[in-house]
Amino acid sequence: MKTNDVIMQFTAKIVFFIIFFYAVHIFFAGHYTPGGGFVGGLVTASAIVLLIIAFDLKTVQSILPINYIYLVACGLIISLGTAAFSMFVDKPFFTHFFDYFNLPILGKTSLHTAALFDLGVYLVVVGVTMTIIQTIGEDE
Amino acid sequence: MFQVFCIFIPILAALFMPFFFKKVRSIHTGWFVLIVPVFLVTFYATYVPIIVDGDSVISELDWIPSLGISFVSYLDGLSLLFSILISGIGALVVLYSIFYLNRTKEQLHNFYIYLLMFMSAMLGVVQSDNTITLYLFWELTSISSFLLIGYWYNRDKSRFGALKSMMITVAGGMLMLGGFVLLSIMGDTFSIRELISQAPELATNDLFLVALVLILLGAFTKSAQFPFYIWLPDAMEAPTPVSAYLHSATMVKAGIYLVARFTPIFAQSEVWIWLVAGIGLLTLFWGSFFAVKQTDLKGILAFSTVSQLGLIMSLLGVGAISYHVNGAEDTVFKYAAFAAIFHLINHATFKGSLFMIAGIVDHETGTRDIRKLGGLMGLMPISFTIALIGSFSMAGLPPFNGFLSKEMFFKAILSITQFDLFNFSTWSILFPIIAWIASVFTFIYSFYFVFRTFTGKLKVDQLPKKPHEAPMGMLISPLILAALVITIFFIPNLVADTFVKPAVMAIQPYLYSSPEEVNIHITAWHGIHSPELWMTVGVIILGLLMFLCLSKWQKMYNAFPAKLTLNHLYDFIIYDLCDQWIGRFSALYMTGSIRRYLSFMLSSMAIIVIGTLFIKDGFKISFEEASTIHVYQIILIIVLVIGTITTVFAKSRITSIVALGAVGYTVSLFFVVFNAPDLALTQLVIETISVALFLLAFYHLPKLKKEEERTRFRFSRAFVSVAVGAMVTLVALSAHSQKFIPSIAEYYKETVYSLAGGGNIVNVILVDYRGFDTLFEITVLGIAGMAIYGMIKLRLSRKEKNYENK
Repeated sequence: MKTNDVIMQFTAKIVFFIIFFYAVHIFFAGHYTPGGGFVGGLVTASAIVLLIIAFDLKTVQSILPINYIYLVACGLIISLGTAAFSMFVDKPFFTHFFDYFNLPILGKTSLHTAALFDLGVYLVVVGVTMTIIQTIGEDE
Repeated sequence: MFQVFCIFIPILAALFMPFFFKKVRSIHTGWFVLIVPVFLVTFYATYVPIIVDGDSVISELDWIPSLGISFVSYLDGLSLLFSILISGIGALVVLYSIFYLNRTKEQLHNFYIYLLMFMSAMLGVVQSDNTITLYLFWELTSISSFLLIGYWYNRDKSRFGALKSMMITVAGGMLMLGGFVLLSIMGDTFSIRELISQAPELATNDLFLVALVLILLGAFTKSAQFPFYIWLPDAMEAPTPVSAYLHSATMVKAGIYLVARFTPIFAQSEVWIWLVAGIGLLTLFWGSFFAVKQTDLKGILAFSTVSQLGLIMSLLGVGAISYHVNGAEDTVFKYAAFAAIFHLINHATFKGSLFMIAGIVDHETGTRDIRKLGGLMGLMPISFTIALIGSFSMAGLPPFNGFLSKEMFFKAILSITQFDLFNFSTWSILFPIIAWIASVFTFIYSFYFVFRTFTGKLKVDQLPKKPHEAPMGMLISPLILAALVITIFFIPNLVADTFVKPAVMAIQPYLYSSPEEVNIHITAWHGIHSPELWMTVGVIILGLLMFLCLSKWQKMYNAFPAKLTLNHLYDFIIYDLCDQWIGRFSALYMTGSIRRYLSFMLSSMAIIVIGTLFIKDGFKISFEEASTIHVYQIILIIVLVIGTITTVFAKSRITSIVALGAVGYTVSLFFVVFNAPDLALTQLVIETISVALFLLAFYHLPKLKKEEERTRFRFSRAFVSVAVGAMVTLVALSAHSQKFIPSIAEYYKETVYSLAGGGNIVNVILVDYRGFDTLFEITVLGIAGMAIYGMIKLRLSRKEKNYENK
């Protein structure tokens, strides 16, 4: 018999976005305040896990049709690419660049290639965590 | 340059032999091989006029110049004599093998490749002036000999004999390499000539004696001296041409060559003289004594080779005495080295022919068992004549060359009694006595060999084949050798002037400046009053008597217990000691239990670290830099300790998991207390995930034997864990108490905004200052994820099992 957890599912839908945006927040704030790609990735993954618990694996897969293994690969490529980029402009491997820009809506903002690197870390962490949980969850 | 290149000619020719074997099927491959040794012997013969004057020729080919290693062909009297023996007997053996080995049934290309490889190696050994290349060729002789002994590799005994000879000679070769290295350390050169020139200084070095013993061990193993001779009788499983070539005339004389070559360096030492002369004499007696026991024709010859090598070795030992006698040119000691070289030539001739005859008998009758043989004289008259010549020469009878060298041997051994240094005055009287007894046995086995095979009653029904005389081609080589045996008796002084005297020059360079000064004249007749003549007469009389009543006392050999032989010792070492005992020893600690390995690892870690702290006096505990402790820290520590104790002593696993989670969350609280918000965040999330995974693993535990029980207490494990805990605590305290280098953290603090454009030092270090680590940590994460995915999704083993069950 299937239990009716409508309250849980309803709450999960709302809480998912709160957690997800919190994750995005600590990801972007990582350079100045505690946080960063690693924690951000873990929190994002936990948001998805919440969905999996409230609904089930197949439903979540149809909502978020992501192959998490590709996500790991993308993350690694982004990180390595950021690190390697500096070599093409005659700088040592892993040199980061940053500067301040006046963006249309956000105003004066610092843009940093380290954030790109952190994005790679974020994607790898989300990918690996979800791969592990999905494979174990699917296992009979 | 061409001279040094000549060493490699056989091995280069070997490259073409498979081609000849595969393409030219109608002609025996041996004919192509024969060109090589014939060319070489003529080539080396052209050097004879140079060498006779006492000169030497050198030719060098750089190999590793920066290390001083080069291929050198150094031809003086000694090496030229060996080179001519190697290529000359090599030619005869190849000729013999053409008729001995069947063109259609045997793997001839293998055989001739190994043989040519051996020929190159042997030429390299005797011509090398560089100890490293000498060692290289030395091992190549071991390897090619191994291949040749195991030529009929589908026979058990061949493989056993090959392995045995390999083990013993390679072990000796390795020790010899050690000796060479020590020599090069002492003399700062690899060149033997340069080492000889600094011989007096070398003798005062502390390493001298070690080098001496190591090099002698190499020589003794190769030349089958006591107690290493045991490989030679087992090597008789090789094809007979190989036995004739390697195990009588050439390879076993490599050790003799080595001893002769290094005599100028080591003769300073009393140990050298005693070892070489003593072991040689012991081998001489031992080999001759046990030769009479053998029933296999080649077995007799193998033991006889061992014995004759011992004779040559003991003569070289006695010859080394001349370094210690003033005016040695006039004394009788100089005979020893001369006799050694002379007997070496003689032995190569008669033993080569005898082996070939043994091969012929085997080939034509199908057996080598002397108990089945007999009465072949009428059927194989030529073989009989050759065997008679060889045996009589081996026994030391006139008019054969063995007589001359045996007389000189007696003379040299008798001379040792006049020597009063190094305790020789008390013990030297034993030398002639043992030598004489050994000669009697030599006489007996020589007669035993020839007369038990060729005279007596013919037992045709016991022979696998119908016996008949060998084809002429097979008889050519032994005939040539037998002719040499007689010729040398009649022209001994021509041989001596051409070959022996230049070789003696190389062994005793300090005594003579030119070969003419070696004023030894060989005469067959020494006069009625010479003691060696009467010794020979005694040998003949007693030998004849004992041979005639051989059947009465030969049984006494069976009285020797089999467990006391050296072969038994070898089997014990190789099969019992190495295979079983060491296997048992490994099984003692390699139990396969991970717990045990872990306790080994942890306890050795604790012992090493605590021991080092004690020895280096590294303990230091000071609380100067310690900060003040707050109440909430103490509370956290109490919680942490309670959690840890619960984890270890909990009865149920689930309690352990939860307690572990509590420990993790407390640690994260610690991070909060110690101002590490990033760590606290990460620790919190990671701890949650890992507890969830632990619970998952717990849920899937098999239902079988799922008993809830407490971890059993073991004192040893408790001790190891307390030791490791103490070690870590001590190291941490000591490390904290003595800080030598200021922290780098100040730099990060100052530059985090100006250089890296960030505010969170932890994160900036992770992605910017030390992003490398992070890059590979996420790679590790990725690998872990893939591994879990692969482990769960791919189940090859189960599928394979299903496949097998079908």
